Amino acid sequence: MAESPFGVYARIVRAQVRSQVQYRASFLLEVFGSMATNALDIASVFVLFSVAGGLGGFSGTEVMLMAALSAGAFATADMVVGNVDKLREYVRSGLFDSLLLRPLSSLAQLAALTFALRRSGRALQGMVFYVVALCVADIHWTVGRVLCAVFAPISGTVFFISLFVAGASVAFWWIESGEIANAFTYGGRDFTAYPNNMYGGWFRDFFTLGIGFGFVAYFPALALLGKSDPLGLPDWLLWFSPVVAVIAACLASLLWRVGVRHYRSTGS
Amino acid sequence: MAHAQVALVAAGFRRYSTYRQATVAGAFTNTVFGFLRCYILLSVAATAGGSVAGYDGPQLVSYVWIGQGVLAVVNAWVMLDLAERVRTGDVVADLLRPIDPLWTYLCTDLGRSGFAMLTRFVGPVLVGALAFGLYVPANPLTYLLAPLSILFAVVVGFACRYLIGLSAFWTLDIRGTSMLWVFLSGFAGGLYFPLAILPEWLKTTLWVATPFPALMQAPLDVLVERGGVPNMLLVCASQATWCAVTLFACKRVQARAMRKLVLQGG
Repeated sequence: MAESPFGVYARIVRAQVRSQVQYRASFLLEVFGSMATNALDIASVFVLFSVAGGLGGFSGTEVMLMAALSAGAFATADMVVGNVDKLREYVRSGLFDSLLLRPLSSLAQLAALTFALRRSGRALQGMVFYVVALCVADIHWTVGRVLCAVFAPISGTVFFISLFVAGASVAFWWIESGEIANAFTYGGRDFTAYPNNMYGGWFRDFFTLGIGFGFVAYFPALALLGKSDPLGLPDWLLWFSPVVAVIAACLASLLWRVGVRHYRSTGS
Repeated sequence: MAHAQVALVAAGFRRYSTYRQATVAGAFTNTVFGFLRCYILLSVAATAGGSVAGYDGPQLVSYVWIGQGVLAVVNAWVMLDLAERVRTGDVVADLLRPIDPLWTYLCTDLGRSGFAMLTRFVGPVLVGALAFGLYVPANPLTYLLAPLSILFAVVVGFACRYLIGLSAFWTLDIRGTSMLWVFLSGFAGGLYFPLAILPEWLKTTLWVATPFPALMQAPLDVLVERGGVPNMLLVCASQATWCAVTLFACKRVQARAMRKLVLQGG
């Protein structure tokens, strides 16, 4: 009797984890290094906060809520699929064939093969920040807000996962795409960490609504705080994060499938 | 400079000029981050009454956009392949050549930065100038000091990465070290915000005791003429000192690494 697919993925992840902890000192340095990076990302938000005693007209606890939501969602997505951009190497070398030969999802295999345990500390830390931010922020709890508080980080994570996958899929057509995806993954992390009304012009409209980064942290935070968007977006739209996340996931998975079909290997 | 060194610089330039698509992709990413950081700092400046830590609007715009350009020229985040060559043992071939590998790597990196200057520096800076308007230096001396300051930044950035690469002789795997380096050089180098925002003691410690401000903050301060000519000269002098210190450290550590290699029978 064959092992269930889930068991196979678990085995791949376990093997990955074992190989990653071989250089123990380096591994620990990376775990703590990435946690320090995470903390510094949030610290740098507050360094700027300290200059004017506010960011975009929001108070410290409110900015903290947005920054923590962004950090938690990004770090979790980064742990799960942050390395799928290795796809570039797989497509270039033709190694992607080996994933297609196995009776498992190619995307899930790639995610399992590039799973980064060293980022677990950061993901956990991001979520702890988020819980702390929820506790200190001035939130009048209702059933809707409790649901929002639970679903916001999940939606944000799904959104970033979709973004990583979509960014990696570009390699099916354009192997040298290199850093372009970073503009939207790491760029998205930085974008979502700040109140979105700080940005201006078409840049804000495109990133907040066009790509949907507003739904990662800014809109859910407004919904939790019971505030309206200073830029005049209708209040009901602030609750739409899960919907946007599902749409993003569908689009990313579609892009991946079309990409796999487009893939022609390297020849012999 | 000797003939071989010139050839190495040219080779570095040519090698990177073949990565055309990656260059475009990199410049695009720097441009997106330019918009992001620029809006954030301008918004902070607007709330704080027009300036941030003594930088006014156009200076902030320059700080952000030229910063994105300098980032690509210094390339501090991309590790040299030295560590990988140490791990695989290929470094032995580098050591057999009649030129010290330190100079080989330095010349190649200078060639790379020259190409980055023409492409990845010019691209984002042009976009920033068109979209926001940059600070135009008034003093002719600035136009002389700025290229020098960027050159110093490249050399310090190179020497630090070379040291990290050399550490592979002892640790084999440099992922952890290079990660610490990436986060320190960004935060303490002035990538996320001007270091002048930080508390006095921290700011002073960073400038005096670490090479990080020499990587980005220094050339940016020269380009926006912060503190006038005396301060600009001081900044360049401190960068020159860090060049000497870090290159000397590379020399010494490399000598140590050689001894270790020989003892291990390499």
